[in-house]
Amino acid sequence: MIGPRIDLSEPGGIAVALLPELILTGWCLVLMLAVAWRHRDEEDQRFVGHLALIALVTTLVAVVWFWIRDVGPVGLEVMVALDGFRYASATIFLLGGILAVMLSLGYLGRERMVVPEYYLLLLLATVGMMFMGGGADLIVIFLGLELMSVSVYVLAGINRRSVFAAEAALKYFLLGAFASAFFLYGIALIYGSTGSTNLTFIYVQVTSLGLESNLMLSVGVGMLLVGFGFKVAAVPFHMWTPDVYDGAPTPVTAFMAAAVKAAGFVALIRVLLQGLAPADAVWTEAVWWLAAITMVVGNLIALAQRHLKRMLAYSSIGHAGYLLTAVASGTELGAAALLYYVFAYTLMTVGAFAILAASGRGGEREVLIDDFSGLAQRRPWLAFAMTVFMLSLLGFPGTAGFIGKWYILSAAVDADQAVLAVVLVGASIVSAGYYLPVIMAMYMKPPISEAAHETTRVGGAARWVVGATAALLLLFGVWPNRALDVARDGSRQLTPDVMVTVSR
Amino acid sequence: MSGTEAVFWFFAAVAIISAFLCITRRSPVASALWLVSTLFALAAIFVLLDAHFIAAIQVLVYAGAIMVLFLFVIMLLNLGRAGPTDMLGWAGRLVMFAVGALLVVELWVLVRIVPAEELQLPTGAMVQLTEQEGAVRVISEPLFRGFLVPFEITSILLLAAIVGAVVLAKRKL
Repeated sequence: MIGPRIDLSEPGGIAVALLPELILTGWCLVLMLAVAWRHRDEEDQRFVGHLALIALVTTLVAVVWFWIRDVGPVGLEVMVALDGFRYASATIFLLGGILAVMLSLGYLGRERMVVPEYYLLLLLATVGMMFMGGGADLIVIFLGLELMSVSVYVLAGINRRSVFAAEAALKYFLLGAFASAFFLYGIALIYGSTGSTNLTFIYVQVTSLGLESNLMLSVGVGMLLVGFGFKVAAVPFHMWTPDVYDGAPTPVTAFMAAAVKAAGFVALIRVLLQGLAPADAVWTEAVWWLAAITMVVGNLIALAQRHLKRMLAYSSIGHAGYLLTAVASGTELGAAALLYYVFAYTLMTVGAFAILAASGRGGEREVLIDDFSGLAQRRPWLAFAMTVFMLSLLGFPGTAGFIGKWYILSAAVDADQAVLAVVLVGASIVSAGYYLPVIMAMYMKPPISEAAHETTRVGGAARWVVGATAALLLLFGVWPNRALDVARDGSRQLTPDVMVTVSR
Repeated sequence: MSGTEAVFWFFAAVAIISAFLCITRRSPVASALWLVSTLFALAAIFVLLDAHFIAAIQVLVYAGAIMVLFLFVIMLLNLGRAGPTDMLGWAGRLVMFAVGALLVVELWVLVRIVPAEELQLPTGAMVQLTEQEGAVRVISEPLFRGFLVPFEITSILLLAAIVGAVVLAKRKL
């Protein structure tokens, strides 16, 4: 069955194709009015938060509708893509947004932060991510990246009473601007060598003009990789990550570690597969090394951390390495593995940060892994959920994290990158050294004091976040087939299916 | 050396010297004024490339409006006087020169690459197009037709930046 086809060469067609983004942007404007109208106390803030939740859910409905009807383009994709990959990635971003909003509903009140604009910026960042995942043109992807980044810079520093949040925001802003400059320079060089910023057209030009090893194109791709490397926190461009993740409010950290990273990877693999697939000799090697170094360094430094928030920050660097392995394979199987892993990773990261947010006060910078001692005696369900998140991050069989890693491994082996697969397995074994102590502390050590865990509480919407993410991780761990099929369908034909006649 | 080439080298030299002075002056006001001079020289180079409209916009927006904004901020924050230097030590300078040298090498390599023949416009095509359609239309046609989507996304981006700036700068939340 072939779904509706939209002609992207005329304005009406573009407007229909951008319907989900338009809905969410429209809601952003509504939220702005709501903030201007009511912005005094915690009650107003919760009202805006609920509006944001409605906004994300309605957008999700629109995306899923596009997906089910299998809406596609007539001919060339101009500016926006209309494929399963866009719908799948948008679903993941919206899910991440919904989870982050639900976490924030209780958190902001507890930390006495009354900034209703918080939800507006969260929505704007989500719009940016949707443009990153759905752009068929380098300019659209860049603007999406900037929209997301600008919103997240502010979100990182939104707690103005915290020095660490201010440091996080400034550091993130400066290094992010630096990365954006690299990104833009890369786009300019790619434009200079191919004469286009449209991904499919770049593909055609590279093939028909024989630019596979063109020097200007190679330098451009290298610059682009540096820019993406900063955004997804790949070693050696990861220096900002621990401080920024540490200083930002915990729901924002969860949003950054899950959705922002997912958006970077989705855009990266779209650019590489849809636009630069013929020039894969240029980037495969570079991504291979990035993946290997990121996995090794991220996991080794995480071993040395005693604070849970920093440990999760370094663990997210390690996970960037796993995802880069999927990218390095350079196949549609790799893209499918990436989609599945990003989905699972979003669930487990948000879940872990939700429990961290429940256990601490004042930004959770001081929560040690040992502070979880005896949690199983006092709060058995919370300890169980945390166990699921840790095992899933580790890639333990029975959880969605295992299926995702296994899928990445099979993509790597399929692309003749067995060495990278071995590094991935080795890094996962090392990661047991910092995920398991959390579980051991919860189940095998007695509580530090009588009063321990008295204040650990997941209230209201956050309880739903923890419950739903843990349940979904277990569900997709034992019954992954449907989700794997969806991911495979989503990344089919990411590489353009065009007949290129070589003219020379 | 033809006349155009002489003009180019003159403005190129002005642009580079002013840019260098812009980053080495202690006083923020002096830096800002040297930046104006850089932007003017760049506008002249745009004219040499037959991009008259861009050159005009460069002078109006960058050398005009944006610079006034810079000076306002300098005045409002009372930064007018030369403060203590915040230049980095020798390690910082070493990195600075290394990165700069890398960029020079990169430019030197890139200049030697000839783009594919199919991508090159015939000589004088730009002038002809400008004469046919007018300097503004050459820009506006692609901006508001082909690139309408990025243009609109830019407006959302500016909205996000404004909201963010207000949230961070507001005295009382």
